[in-house]
Amino acid sequence: MQHLAGKRHLWFAISGAMLIPCILALIVWGLNFGIDFTGGSAWEVQYGDDVSTEAIAETLAANGRPEATVQQVGDAAEHRYLIRLGELQEGSVEKDALSDALASLGTLAPAGESLETVGASVGNSIRDRSVLAVAAASIGILLYIAYAFRNTQNPLLYGFCAIAAMLHDAIFVLGVFAILGRLADVEIDALFITALLTIIGFSVHDTIVVFDRIRENLLAQAENSRDSFEEIVNHSIGQTLVRSVNTSITVMITLLALLLFGGSTTREFVLALLIGVTVGTYSSIFNAAQLLVAWDNGEIQGFFRRLTRMKRHPGQESTVTGA
Amino acid sequence: MRNKNGRLLLLILTLTLAATWIVLPAGTLDVGGFKADHPVRQGLDLQGGLQVTMEARPPDGGDVDGDTLQGTRDTLERRVNGLGVTEPLIQTRGDDQIVVELPGIENPEQAVAVLRETALLEIIYANGASLPPGTIVQTSLGAGANESAATPGAATPGSAPSPTPDPNAPVYDTIVSGDDLSDAFVTRDPTTGQPLVAFELQGDAADTFFDFTSANIGQSMSIVIDKEVISSPVIRNAISGQGTIDGMTALEAQNLATQLKAGALGVPLEVVSSRTVGPSLGADSLDRSLVAGIVGLSVVALFMVLYYRLPGLLSVIALFMYTIITFALFKLIPVTLTLPGIAGFILSIGMAVDANVLIFARMKEELRNGRPLSQAIEGGFDHAWPSIRDSNVSTMITCLILYWFGQFTGATIITGFALTLFVGVAVSLFSAITVTRTLLRTLNELGVIRSAWLLGLGRHDLARSANDPAATA
Repeated sequence: MQHLAGKRHLWFAISGAMLIPCILALIVWGLNFGIDFTGGSAWEVQYGDDVSTEAIAETLAANGRPEATVQQVGDAAEHRYLIRLGELQEGSVEKDALSDALASLGTLAPAGESLETVGASVGNSIRDRSVLAVAAASIGILLYIAYAFRNTQNPLLYGFCAIAAMLHDAIFVLGVFAILGRLADVEIDALFITALLTIIGFSVHDTIVVFDRIRENLLAQAENSRDSFEEIVNHSIGQTLVRSVNTSITVMITLLALLLFGGSTTREFVLALLIGVTVGTYSSIFNAAQLLVAWDNGEIQGFFRRLTRMKRHPGQESTVTGA
Repeated sequence: MRNKNGRLLLLILTLTLAATWIVLPAGTLDVGGFKADHPVRQGLDLQGGLQVTMEARPPDGGDVDGDTLQGTRDTLERRVNGLGVTEPLIQTRGDDQIVVELPGIENPEQAVAVLRETALLEIIYANGASLPPGTIVQTSLGAGANESAATPGAATPGSAPSPTPDPNAPVYDTIVSGDDLSDAFVTRDPTTGQPLVAFELQGDAADTFFDFTSANIGQSMSIVIDKEVISSPVIRNAISGQGTIDGMTALEAQNLATQLKAGALGVPLEVVSSRTVGPSLGADSLDRSLVAGIVGLSVVALFMVLYYRLPGLLSVIALFMYTIITFALFKLIPVTLTLPGIAGFILSIGMAVDANVLIFARMKEELRNGRPLSQAIEGGFDHAWPSIRDSNVSTMITCLILYWFGQFTGATIITGFALTLFVGVAVSLFSAITVTRTLLRTLNELGVIRSAWLLGLGRHDLARSANDPAATA
């Protein structure tokens, strides 16, 4: 068995290399928020034949909607177009007028039409609640883990390490979608928040299985304590590795089936889940348990002590090395 | 031990059979119309339709009280019933919002227009007749020209609420309408203690009403909201500015007062968000999700059998039962199926498999340590249980928070996902622990499992204990 825990600095470095571009993308570009958060309308129309996106945008602009952006969605043979614009209410006089204008470009299929409108005030409160939901989920899980691991020396530590691994996964998925939002115009909607919360749940689910094995091995080992904590963690990871990989494979298979064969409505939702499950499996093996070891060896405490010392005495270090 | 296992097996088979009966289409073996009452509920994204969230905007800019909001909701429900939608959903949300969901509606524009009208209250004279509540009437205050006058707050004139009266039905005279009402509240008769609904009229209407009531003492008048009779009280004496209506229970009085007030005040509603989905988009997505589900399940089943052999096969059987039981629960609860809901369900299949994977891995360890099969089965389950429990509880915590989040955003799309994932995870705990274990025990007792290869180990014989029937046989 490879000594996985011994190489923890390599795993932390890989995670860092993965997270840095994500964090940069989140800071520099930010997320591409959809109408669920910003307010506005997403209007999908279906034509009987190909229509240029420019023609649709020009028609809308000529009818008082210069802000409208148009993109083709779904299979090319379906001739479906997604129009994003400011608030447009179903049943309004303006909507009827715009429909008539669009009908002049080709035959519209009414059965393939959808219109989603979100008021700006609703959008703002959804954003607040999303943050609240993620925070509530984190605290709920932290408390549950602290309870489930109450027989160990440091129950909260398990909780915090699980949350750290979970944040790792959440930030990675957010970062990928910040990049996708910039490069492929993928938007963040309420469904994405759902995916994010599910990823959080799955990430912790995966981590707990590893932690559970550590807990069991710690209890079993109490009589003839020869192994170090690091060795026990390493042993536990080895014992759960096949299970972690197999479980992730089955979940990935089902998600991949949804991604390839499912409808376009849920494609980005499923993509977010797929990325989250993959990175969640990585973090439960290579981060969460390794963080326990790093804490147990005092590496994390030392890291923060060095950080604070550098801040407090910025010039001192050079004189020390000089002497 | 043996008897207990037999009873469990019987229970599992009964449950599966019952679930299969529920899942089969409504037409097959439907006893007592039970299945017809429990159809599969499909969300907007699957069958198309309209979802509108409206916010009350009182003219004075103040807050709406709960009674008024509830009354407005009831009024909307009456109108929606007139639209002929099969499973409408009308709910108040928070302090000032009402969510209306109309699945499968064909003309969303008209539906929105109907919803945005404020309630139209009338007091009519049915030529002395006492009309029973629920009667749909035609009144002289027509749906056309007078409508906009009666509902000044409505943005979209022209489309009338849709209950369709008999064209040959008589047209009754409207004496006063909601605009003329300045207040309505519940009070009690000072002598008898009976609940009363008191109402106040304003301006010319008070005179009109006085003339009408003094001419028709002893006859009935009818209170009508959106052309539907709510109550038909008898006129006792001449009424000018203020009057009371009696002959109701306290609850009925409260409802009537709320309805009168909502109609009279007409809390204007503003559409804050709406979603319409064309029916063809929905059907397309459902087919695709079903294909995805079947493909996903088949590949997972294949993987399980190839990797775990006999236990894998048993877990696939358990998975099949799991799918049927979960689906039956969806029908019973009922859970509104949405695309993310189906995704949540398919995801829960993955998690159900996880429980089995954990157990089998433990079982193999026990076997490698030289334990006999019966002990390895029990040991595998006992050791895997804490991690299965802890990991699934954390998923359930997220589901609960998701559900709350979805309720707030009014998106059945999210609550559907949370609910299906929750039910799925809960059932998977049962199927992995009880179903797979019972099947394994049964096979072991029957002495079928002779080769270690079947259990995913090398080709050698299993260790035997005195308890194993295969060893004693």
